[in-house]
Amino acid sequence: MKIYVPLDSAAVALGADAVAEAIVTEAARRGVTIELVRNGSHGMVWLEPLVEIATDAGRIGIGPMTVADVPALFGGIARHPKALGLVENLPWMKGQTRLTFARVGVIDPLSLADYRAHGGMVGLDRAKAMSKAEIVAEVTESGLRGRGGAGFPTGIKWKTVSEAPGERKYIVCNADEGDSATFADRMLMEGDPFTLIEGMAIAGLATGAAKGFVYIRSEYPVAIRIMEAAVRLAREAAILGAQFDIEIRVGAGAYVCGEETSLLNSLEGKRGVVRAKPPLPALEGFMGKPTVVNNVISLASVPVILAKGAAHYKDFGLGRSRGTIPLQIAGNVRFGGLYETAFGLTLGQIVDDIAGGTATGRPVKAVQVGGPLGAYHPRSDFATPFGYEEFAGQGGLIGHAGLTIFDDSADMLAQARFAMEFCAIESCGKCTPCRIGAVRGVETIDRIAKGDAAAIPLLTDLCSTMKSGSLCALGGFTPYPVLSALTHFPDDFTPAKEAAE
Amino acid sequence: MLDSADLSDRIAEIIADHQGLEGPLLPILHAVQAAFGHIPQPAVPQIANALTLSKAEVHGVVTFYHDFREAPAGRHILKLCRAEACQAMGADRVAGAIKAALGIDWHETTADGRVTLEPVFCLGLCACGPAAMVDGRLVGRCDASVVLEVSA
Repeated sequence: MKIYVPLDSAAVALGADAVAEAIVTEAARRGVTIELVRNGSHGMVWLEPLVEIATDAGRIGIGPMTVADVPALFGGIARHPKALGLVENLPWMKGQTRLTFARVGVIDPLSLADYRAHGGMVGLDRAKAMSKAEIVAEVTESGLRGRGGAGFPTGIKWKTVSEAPGERKYIVCNADEGDSATFADRMLMEGDPFTLIEGMAIAGLATGAAKGFVYIRSEYPVAIRIMEAAVRLAREAAILGAQFDIEIRVGAGAYVCGEETSLLNSLEGKRGVVRAKPPLPALEGFMGKPTVVNNVISLASVPVILAKGAAHYKDFGLGRSRGTIPLQIAGNVRFGGLYETAFGLTLGQIVDDIAGGTATGRPVKAVQVGGPLGAYHPRSDFATPFGYEEFAGQGGLIGHAGLTIFDDSADMLAQARFAMEFCAIESCGKCTPCRIGAVRGVETIDRIAKGDAAAIPLLTDLCSTMKSGSLCALGGFTPYPVLSALTHFPDDFTPAKEAAE
Repeated sequence: MLDSADLSDRIAEIIADHQGLEGPLLPILHAVQAAFGHIPQPAVPQIANALTLSKAEVHGVVTFYHDFREAPAGRHILKLCRAEACQAMGADRVAGAIKAALGIDWHETTADGRVTLEPVFCLGLCACGPAAMVDGRLVGRCDASVVLEVSA
């Protein structure tokens, strides 16, 4: 009997470890031999812990599992009160186009044999037979853009590093996934770490870099453990070694280190302060050497692009947003989790159809798209197709593709205040608009809350200074949530005293 | 407790373990904190000396990052997520109840040294909020009863 119990952080946070332990105990008590696989998550967080049992017909899902549901697993799975049928046939799974996440939830994350059996290493093997310029051309042709949020074409960045003079170059994977509502990097590293390793090895071939770093935030202990184990296994299998090696580094709780230059300073052992650009990290990055800094999902999308060809990847998507995007649907949501699909679904399709609205059953008031620096969108924006330019056109951004759903109990003035408070806490302190602007922003919003309408133009003016005067996206984009809340939900910013009068 | 000679020996060992790395300061600080629960004051000049940095530079790094603490924490560390996805599920309300139950605010430790309460901005558990971390263990859909886990 082969049983899968996820080791994914979300599953563990909902009791997966206790369920796994109970399964082992119950099997021993009944004298049943089992093979327990700790896999990644399929991304259906409302069903976690989602246990699967392998059958001749495929993998039957049972969830959300509790310890009390364990004994019934051994009495005919189809009759289990929480049996869901074949996982691959669930509507959430059938609706997706899983390219980057094809193996996540399916394979044993730390089995190279399983990885290869599901198409792993095909991309790297192909890249080994190509020239540097051919690899770069393939990635450029795919249309892949930085999935961390900035949306810069990955192939162009690689070309710059590839052609930069110098013996020593680096590949740095940005796994400092600090945006609320995002967990795609975490799920990928926990569920299919070899894909990231393969993507980084291909980046090494394309640029001539011999060393890679994965900078993982300290808030992700499971991802750190799995990535460290995967790197060891890859070294033993000679996938990593003299030609290209990877080191795992752990962050220390600073949100701003998700910004690439701040991350590089942190890697070098300095305060995570933002660097002015130019010079671009592609020319003077880690230790002043040419450096590719890419997000986890950008790098993890490269193996499938090399394996299936740029055209296959590029065929998905709309406009200048090519390929697929792992949507992370979070907050007050009925069906939350990870949903990989081609760019182009509308916000309304994602929130109402896929996510099924709120967990509380109350109406959706706002959806914050793109993390703490993304705009709050009202229902009137629901026709916007999911793409980089399309969201920019609505005064927003897609960022790392996280969506936080709020019901009608949300107070948008409080959300705007939090955006400024968060910026003040996490500001690296280098530039004035961010360091001081965020503090003044909190004070100004407090004045508005007390009924001082004259503070509203002051807030918009402050936001414009922060937007155009900040060094990086932290100060520069904090105005997105603040101004979108103010613009779309003006009632929440009208003086409380009116209600009292 | 270690005496100062033991402390300095242990820190020297940690430094030696990491000195081959490119940019070893954060890995060293993580290892020191793992060994002692905080960054003991004498570690700062010792690390600075070994890495040919100024004390101010090492102190600057220790104080820049939220993770590094200059004094020991309580016996338990309770981290509650304050970020937007958890807010949408009532994290502020849960945090308020927990603060009231413990009688402390963020970054404080109960008078009996039992528990330190820390805010965290995202644990990546955004579809099962509010999220918490109790002594390194992840908790999804947490409510105020999570304080019972740090009662001993």
